[in-house]
Amino acid sequence: MKVWKYDDNINTDMLFPGKYVYTCSTLEEIKPHLLEDLDPSFAKNVEEGDIILAGKNFGCGSSREQPVVGLKAVGIAAVVAESFARIFYRSSINQGLLLIECPDAMKAYSKGDNVSLDIENGKIIVGKKSFSFPRLPKEILAIREEGGLLPYTRKKLKKNR
Amino acid sequence: MDMTFAEKILAKYSGEKGVVPGQIVTVKPDYLLTHDNTAPIIQKIKPELEEYGVHNKSLPIIVLDHVIPAASEKTANNHKIIREFVKNHKIEHFFDVGYGVCHQIVVEKGLALPGKLLLGSDSHTCSYGAVGAFSSGIDRTEAAALMLTGETWLKVPNSIKITLDGKLQPGVAAKDVVLHIIGDVSASGANYCSVEFHGDIEQFSVEERFTITNMGVEMGAKNAFFPVDNITTKYLNSIGISTSQYTAIYPDNNAAYSKELKYNLSNITPVVALPHSVDNVKKVSEIEGLDIQQCLIGTCTNGRLSDFKIAARILKGEKVHPNVRLLILPSSKQVYLDALKEGIINTLIESGGILLPPGCGPCLGAHQGVLAPKERCLSTANRNFKGRMGCKDAEIYLASPATVAVSAIYGKITDPRKGVH
Repeated sequence: MKVWKYDDNINTDMLFPGKYVYTCSTLEEIKPHLLEDLDPSFAKNVEEGDIILAGKNFGCGSSREQPVVGLKAVGIAAVVAESFARIFYRSSINQGLLLIECPDAMKAYSKGDNVSLDIENGKIIVGKKSFSFPRLPKEILAIREEGGLLPYTRKKLKKNR
Repeated sequence: MDMTFAEKILAKYSGEKGVVPGQIVTVKPDYLLTHDNTAPIIQKIKPELEEYGVHNKSLPIIVLDHVIPAASEKTANNHKIIREFVKNHKIEHFFDVGYGVCHQIVVEKGLALPGKLLLGSDSHTCSYGAVGAFSSGIDRTEAAALMLTGETWLKVPNSIKITLDGKLQPGVAAKDVVLHIIGDVSASGANYCSVEFHGDIEQFSVEERFTITNMGVEMGAKNAFFPVDNITTKYLNSIGISTSQYTAIYPDNNAAYSKELKYNLSNITPVVALPHSVDNVKKVSEIEGLDIQQCLIGTCTNGRLSDFKIAARILKGEKVHPNVRLLILPSSKQVYLDALKEGIINTLIESGGILLPPGCGPCLGAHQGVLAPKERCLSTANRNFKGRMGCKDAEIYLASPATVAVSAIYGKITDPRKGVH
């Protein structure tokens, strides 16, 4: 498990350049361009279970969902940030990518620290320190439990038939 | 209990008597906006569309604007898939290549009205608060779900009240006001919040309000809103909408705001947002003289008739600097036609401007006016993110149409008050 650490205001163009928005649609097309203009080593070296740590306003900018879809597809376990931009936050709920808003955890991290998650108990462990993050509201948990918004919607449509 | 605009409209649409910030409500929006991204949206739900159909044929507004005319076989095919979908599902509100940028179309065609609720799979959907609507951006997946069910959840946001007092000085524009505010509150200063503009707002036309609400998302806002007044009703009247066709919603006098900010407009000067963040705002005077290779006047932020009028007034009888390419990007066919009639297009082209078809053009870096490494572009658009105009080693500076027009003449960033006679 690796930790990828980034600054404040990481925007959607850094996460997935706009020039590919209408040319890349499949996961295999999206993956190589993830974080291309921010950190070219990311797409090459990211592994299942890695965590992204970031500052304020992660995911600001466009409503494009390739960043979220892509981060989920390469197996990012969670993005932990001081704060998130709202469309990115919503999109992550829809795709089932775990976002944790926890400024203290972010500030406690120094290079080389181990970071692990205890999702069940709402805890994130950075080095030797443990931090709590709030549980999601029940309406949102319901979407998560179905594996994202589309499976949730399919189930709802069947039920309402 | 007194409520803010967002609280009031979300209470109305969720059928609740009162709502509080943080509460999650289910709403049925009046419209769902999608654009070129309609193709990937409908591909996600192909079997469901066959089985259940679109929830309501008058719910989607589809505008082809992002990469128009198509730049490749792939984008052409995207458009084709969308046209077939529109035909098969008898979608009522479809605007093909050539109509203009989706946000301009939604307002110009009278689809966004006071007291209405709109969601769209584009971040600048927050624009429609310019005419007193509640509107906000969502992603493609949520747009897909909405197409099938017609409803979604929204969290009732905290509200920020921004009071604009005093009068703008000549040569200073609505764009300078919103950039100044973003520079002050930061790119995350209004995260998750509804932003209301109050005070001496009668000096701002609907077009200028549009510039301000369009950039609400650049401070993180969920939606941005101007209360409906005579300016709004007059504008709506001019596009054939009478007051009997809508019910405006106003915030209550004693509504609770999470933050209240006041700006004295007479103190605001022309500003520029420097790379690579919209909140990196400086006075034009601080960076005057920086040479530029491309200028862009247009987009959903500043591509309306009043913007081109200002540019034409400055550029009349002048020539664009030989080192500069000046791109002109009307936000709609209507704006294009009006500008033609008034001789504005003539003036802009005679001075050296290059006219692009009404759409998103170079704003998102997909085609038309992509930058080369080390080039600088001064633009009236809403974003200056690294790589936004197709090249990560280029720089984008954001300013008002007046600043861009004057700077195009000098070939370097210049205070617009130099060119205002």
